[in-house]
Amino acid sequence: MIDRLQELGKEAIQEIRDADSVKALESVRVKYLGKKGPITEVLRGMGQLSEEERPKVGQKANEVREEIQSKLEEKTAELEEKALEEKLKAESVDVTLPGKEVKRGARHPLTAVVEEIEDIFVGLGFQVTEGPEVETDLYNFEKLNLPPEHPARDMQDSFYVTTDMLLRTQTSPVQARTMEKYEGQGPVKIVCPGKVYRRDDDDATHSHQFMQIEGLYVDHNVRMSDLKGVLEAFVQKYFGADRSIRLRPSFFPFTEPSVEVDVSCGICGGHGCRLCKHTGWIEVLGSGMVHPRVLEMSGFDPDTYSGFAFGMGVERFAMLKYGIDDIRHFYTNDIRFLNQFKRV
Amino acid sequence: MLVSYQWLKDYVDIDDIGVEETAERLTRGGVEVDMLHPRSEGIQNVVVGYVEACDPHPEADKLRVCRVNTGGETASIVCGAPNIKAGQKVITAKPGAVLPGGMKIEKTTLRGQESEGMICSLQEIGIEQKLVMKQFMDGIYVFPENAETGGDAIEELALRDTVLELDLTPNRPDCLSMLGVAYEMAALLDRDVIHPETGHQENSESASDYISVQVDVPEDNPYYGAKVVKNIVISASPQWIQNRLTAAGIRPINNVVDITNYVLMEYGQPLHAFDLDKLGSSEIVVRRAQDGESMTTLDEEERTLSSEHMVITNGKEPAALAGVMGGAFSEVQEDTTTVLLEAAYFKPARVRKTSRETGIRSESSIRFEKGIDSGRVEEAAERAAALLEKYAGGEVLQGTVEVDNRPAENKKIQTSTAQLNRLLGMEMSAEEVLSIFRRLRLPAVENNSGIMVEVPTRRPDLDIEVDLAEEAARLYGYEYIPTTLPKGVTTPGFLTADQRKRRRMRRYLERAGLHEALTYTLTSPSHSGRLQLQELPGKVEVTMPMSEERSTMRTSLLPQLLDTVQYNRNRQITDAAVFEMGSIFIGEEGNTLTTQPQEKNVLAAAVTGWWDAHLWQGEKKKTDFFVVKGVLEGLFEEIGIFDHIEFIRSDHNELHPGRSADIYLDGKYAGFLGQMHPSVEKEWEIKETYVFQLDVDLLLTFEADPLFYETVPRYPAVTRDIALVVEEQVTAGEVRRVIAEAGGSLLHQVTLFDVYQGEKLEPGQKSLAFSLVYLDPERTLTDEEVAETHNHVLSELQEKVKASLRK
Ligand SMILES: [Zn+2]
Repeated sequence: MIDRLQELGKEAIQEIRDADSVKALESVRVKYLGKKGPITEVLRGMGQLSEEERPKVGQKANEVREEIQSKLEEKTAELEEKALEEKLKAESVDVTLPGKEVKRGARHPLTAVVEEIEDIFVGLGFQVTEGPEVETDLYNFEKLNLPPEHPARDMQDSFYVTTDMLLRTQTSPVQARTMEKYEGQGPVKIVCPGKVYRRDDDDATHSHQFMQIEGLYVDHNVRMSDLKGVLEAFVQKYFGADRSIRLRPSFFPFTEPSVEVDVSCGICGGHGCRLCKHTGWIEVLGSGMVHPRVLEMSGFDPDTYSGFAFGMGVERFAMLKYGIDDIRHFYTNDIRFLNQFKRV
Repeated sequence: MLVSYQWLKDYVDIDDIGVEETAERLTRGGVEVDMLHPRSEGIQNVVVGYVEACDPHPEADKLRVCRVNTGGETASIVCGAPNIKAGQKVITAKPGAVLPGGMKIEKTTLRGQESEGMICSLQEIGIEQKLVMKQFMDGIYVFPENAETGGDAIEELALRDTVLELDLTPNRPDCLSMLGVAYEMAALLDRDVIHPETGHQENSESASDYISVQVDVPEDNPYYGAKVVKNIVISASPQWIQNRLTAAGIRPINNVVDITNYVLMEYGQPLHAFDLDKLGSSEIVVRRAQDGESMTTLDEEERTLSSEHMVITNGKEPAALAGVMGGAFSEVQEDTTTVLLEAAYFKPARVRKTSRETGIRSESSIRFEKGIDSGRVEEAAERAAALLEKYAGGEVLQGTVEVDNRPAENKKIQTSTAQLNRLLGMEMSAEEVLSIFRRLRLPAVENNSGIMVEVPTRRPDLDIEVDLAEEAARLYGYEYIPTTLPKGVTTPGFLTADQRKRRRMRRYLERAGLHEALTYTLTSPSHSGRLQLQELPGKVEVTMPMSEERSTMRTSLLPQLLDTVQYNRNRQITDAAVFEMGSIFIGEEGNTLTTQPQEKNVLAAAVTGWWDAHLWQGEKKKTDFFVVKGVLEGLFEEIGIFDHIEFIRSDHNELHPGRSADIYLDGKYAGFLGQMHPSVEKEWEIKETYVFQLDVDLLLTFEADPLFYETVPRYPAVTRDIALVVEEQVTAGEVRRVIAEAGGSLLHQVTLFDVYQGEKLEPGQKSLAFSLVYLDPERTLTDEEVAETHNHVLSELQEKVKASLRK
């Protein structure tokens, strides 16, 4: 009987070896270990055996069972692993296929520039103020030292909506309005972004509508050297720490002295290239010390207060920053243009 | 202002400086040189040729064959100019010559005749058509007889020169003259200014025997001077005057006119020459014009004047628009022999008004408008008299007939070195400051309070102390101003809550997949009034628009966003999602304004085409009402107002009546969303497009509920799904509200998960399936409690919206 068990064990192990699926394995298990299986059958015949033999045969039967069982488990694990491998193989994808797009829009480049500049000045202790786009002559011109017959009004032919109201030609009226709110008490530290309008024919470099950011710093004893320091800090934050600025005398009715501020060219490092028209410098800001009459008209005593103001064209900054060559792109809203600014 | 470098050298020694450096110095000093125009770059081998003979071309009627002496040799040149004649001295390009644009002249054969070079017009050697004297405009240029045969024509025409184009700021009218620029260069270089020669003879007669002057408007005309020059012979000006005028951008006409223009350029002093014989009287009266009075100006235009304009009259009728343009009847012409030379100082305002309203801008009016040197009028007049004597054969009569109401003394400004240093943040010494004033030729004396500076009439822009600070800074050099930071108190910088919220809204929409657009504020009358948030009392219109396209302030952002959709569609971009945040402008009734218009901040978007087109996996989603509504709901969540928003079917007549909703914030109208009405889509030539527009100002007035944490549930929730059948006109919103009310505090969440309408239901019915989640954060709910509440929900649904459970 022991031999018979031995034999059955061998047969079973052989069949386990030959099984090529979990299902085949299961039938091997049922065949040999099931209630009607040959081992059970052998055990049933144990009644004929002697007392001594019985435990031996029983032990042998258990050994054989255990061996079959363990081989079955072994083989099952093996087959499962193989099946998993095959499943994974079947599930593999072409990783070079494009992923599902997460829809994202882009910030308008002018907004991106405005916000970046706002953030720099907020970091320098400024606040952001806004004002109306339809302004009175009083705030757009007169309070900025441009009386009705002033020749500088030539520079900014404007869109009037009544005899004394117009689309603002600059964001400086916001400065006048803000200064009045301070009622002669400094310090005033503001930047004013916004849309402005001038009677220009639209072409690659002109737009009847454009954006400006102007800034104002009024306090006791503000000096021209402070203007230079603050604007240099701004320029280095915006354009890069390696840039320097240069002041050139200019004229604005609401500042005296007035200067144009140039930044050293970032392309050629100041040696001269096409971008900077071979001068090594790029004009980026208009600035100056607030004209005493402007301070006075807005309620500040020019004997105890002084200040500086500055202004910059947002389109120009964006054109410089992104290499855009036609100002009309900003207002055409071609999706192929807008789409490029997702990472501004 | 165009400044010839060669001409400028007459007044200040800049030979050693050179053109480039001169330009750089001027620019760094505040007189910006916009461009340098070399006048004869690359021109070679062009000489003065003498036409010895000029015969017809045997083969061509319009051509001539000329024998031209080019200095020691003769050449046969074929020429087609109608004005070529034997005996002329002409611009001759010899074989091997190079003309502007690199054009090379070679020996050639024209209709069988050899041509050894080319006879040139001024245009052919680079002079603008508008600067060529009328008689040479359609042909070749003819030199005066004294030109040297064989000489360098470029030299003869003074073209070895560079013109500096100045971009002058309005405060520097002094630089609208050669002398003014010379003063500036002299100050920058600390050199002398050389004044022109003004000396001339006078004959025995006196100007006052011929003319009297009366000024009725001294406030507008503080000085009027009249000189008389007799026995004038009108001819072409000498070559050098013509050359210089051409360099300055002025066309030579004849010697008298050219001389007045020459002195205009030299001194910045406009002069006018009247033909005294034609003036028709012996008096000059300066007055305001009468309303409706008319005159014919030099350009043969009839002008109707008003009492706002100033005129020079002969005592009866206007002979010139003061400071702007002369009149036709007293114009200097070929037969003129006696000239009345006007040298006056007209104030800017009146000239500007006259010039604006008559639409005439002249070299004179430009200078008077900006302010001339009122102290240099007489010197300019003497200079012109001297030139008329020398180059027009004139005899100058004694004296000047003048009316002078100019202030006797120059303005003075008190300053001090300390104050200038304080303003600039510099440490200049008193000597340095005084030396700057000396270089600028501003008389300055030290006094107890510092320095008293006298301002010559040359510099009307210098008015108060800060003006002197600017002069000091620019002469000292801005590069020497130190870089400092303000010493005052430091202040915190920040964005206001509204500013942050507006940024946040824009940021959200970008993340949601919309591009930010910027459109023009000015729009057409047909666009304004369309797609508005609500009826507005009126529009804001530009009084003198540049075009109808840009004549009205927008009253909605949508028309131009639809334009954007159309623009892109015309370029085969059919998927577009754009938004804009900006102001609309609300006028008053009748579109007239009495106060500043209300500017309302709004947010709008237009979305069309595929919202989601993940192509290779076949997932596609077209933009529809719910895509855009979803974007909006997210926006409301973003700014904390979601729970206060209600969508109600809209009756906006430009929207699709079945696919549009008005949006209310706590009962206040906040905007709309929906598909454009198909007829509007057709009008804009666009496909199905969804839009929204929101009143941002209103959204910002709402204080969002403070954000407090809610306990994360520790007890299990019970979910019950129900499929309801209702009449089709019952809205999901109504059903949801009934569920929410009936469910009370135990009902934690309601989610609509299916909507069905179709053959499985009776006509006119629809099915809505909701998932209801019951939860008590404090304990586990019993089945009985949930059943009780749920049954209540079902009976309320039955009662209030006739909803039955779907079988
Ligand atoms: Zn460069």
